[in-house]
Amino acid sequence: MKTVFVTVGTTSFDELIENITSSEAVQALKARGYERLVLQVGRGSLLPADDSCPHVRLEAFRFKDSIAEDMKQADLVVSHAGAGSCLEALGAGKPLLVVVNDKLMNNHQLELARQLHADSHLLYCTCSTLTETLTTMDLSVLQPFLPGRPQHFANFLDKALGVQ
Amino acid sequence: MFPEAAAFVIIFTCLFFIARLYIVVKNRPKHKAGAKGRVAVLVVAGSGGHTTEILRLTECLSAAYAPRHYVIADTDQMSEEKICTFERSRQRSDSETQFTICRIPRSREVHQSWTSSVVSTLKALQYSVPLVFRLRPDVVLCNGPGTCVPLCAAGLLLGILGMKKVLIVYVESICRVHTLSLTGRILYLISDYFFVQWSSLRDKYPKSIFLGRIV
Repeated sequence: MKTVFVTVGTTSFDELIENITSSEAVQALKARGYERLVLQVGRGSLLPADDSCPHVRLEAFRFKDSIAEDMKQADLVVSHAGAGSCLEALGAGKPLLVVVNDKLMNNHQLELARQLHADSHLLYCTCSTLTETLTTMDLSVLQPFLPGRPQHFANFLDKALGVQ
Repeated sequence: MFPEAAAFVIIFTCLFFIARLYIVVKNRPKHKAGAKGRVAVLVVAGSGGHTTEILRLTECLSAAYAPRHYVIADTDQMSEEKICTFERSRQRSDSETQFTICRIPRSREVHQSWTSSVVSTLKALQYSVPLVFRLRPDVVLCNGPGTCVPLCAAGLLLGILGMKKVLIVYVESICRVHTLSLTGRILYLISDYFFVQWSSLRDKYPKSIFLGRIV
């Protein structure tokens, strides 16, 4: 069953939860073949009931010790712009749509999401363009995100410190 | 006569301190820390993302980097568990595992104001100095949580007093693409090796080292 995993990290982002469970957004997801919607809503005031969305299987929770399993099962991840969430989704090799909370201005976390978007590692939209993006997005343009290479750091340090 | 003599002593001490600070920051030690076979590392773990990033870096360091002393903020619940899990998985490859975890007061909570940050950093310094003097690491490895600053300052103090040159290795978080964090801007001035992970930062900060993404 094709699954969308929505995550807001440790913050709250009611506007995203409200928009992704709207009938327009759910229709757009259905049209693309997604049948299951898993929501991690964090500290938000909205925690949709499992039967609140007809046409799609809905599950919602606030926090878990690890969302690695939800990431793994997802065919699409929809996330807030937080660096941790973005890196986790890309690290798991999942297509990622970042929804920017335009009410949070000058958030330095946006720096990373913007750069990753510029490098074609993720798609990027706001709550007001979410449904449109879900309808028209082309996931095939996304470039794989290669893991960083800590070995380069270790090699540099070995040389600098004279470690054999 | 006495006040003049006291003033002279104070001014002389300050000048000596500044001269030593300049020498310690500008010079790298003549004999390399790794030459004796083992490099004691003080790893400054922060919270959440900082801890994940620093463990990815530590993971690649060879067994020569031992013992590893992790410092975490006393309000941090998650990091200790992450570190223990990480060290246990490492134990299989190392013949003997050497690591400790130390806690100090957090020097700056997210969104804390500048003025109260200064006060709490001074408080953290009070804990950092005895800790660093006791552990005497060869290297302080850090990547951005506010706790770095007092610990690096304590490492610098060891050098200023001529007791030991502590190398300060700073890796700016991958989240920082165009601007340095507050900690990064401070430690850029006193670190021995300053790593950034995006080329736009390397262009802005010529002293920085850019090896691509390393976490």
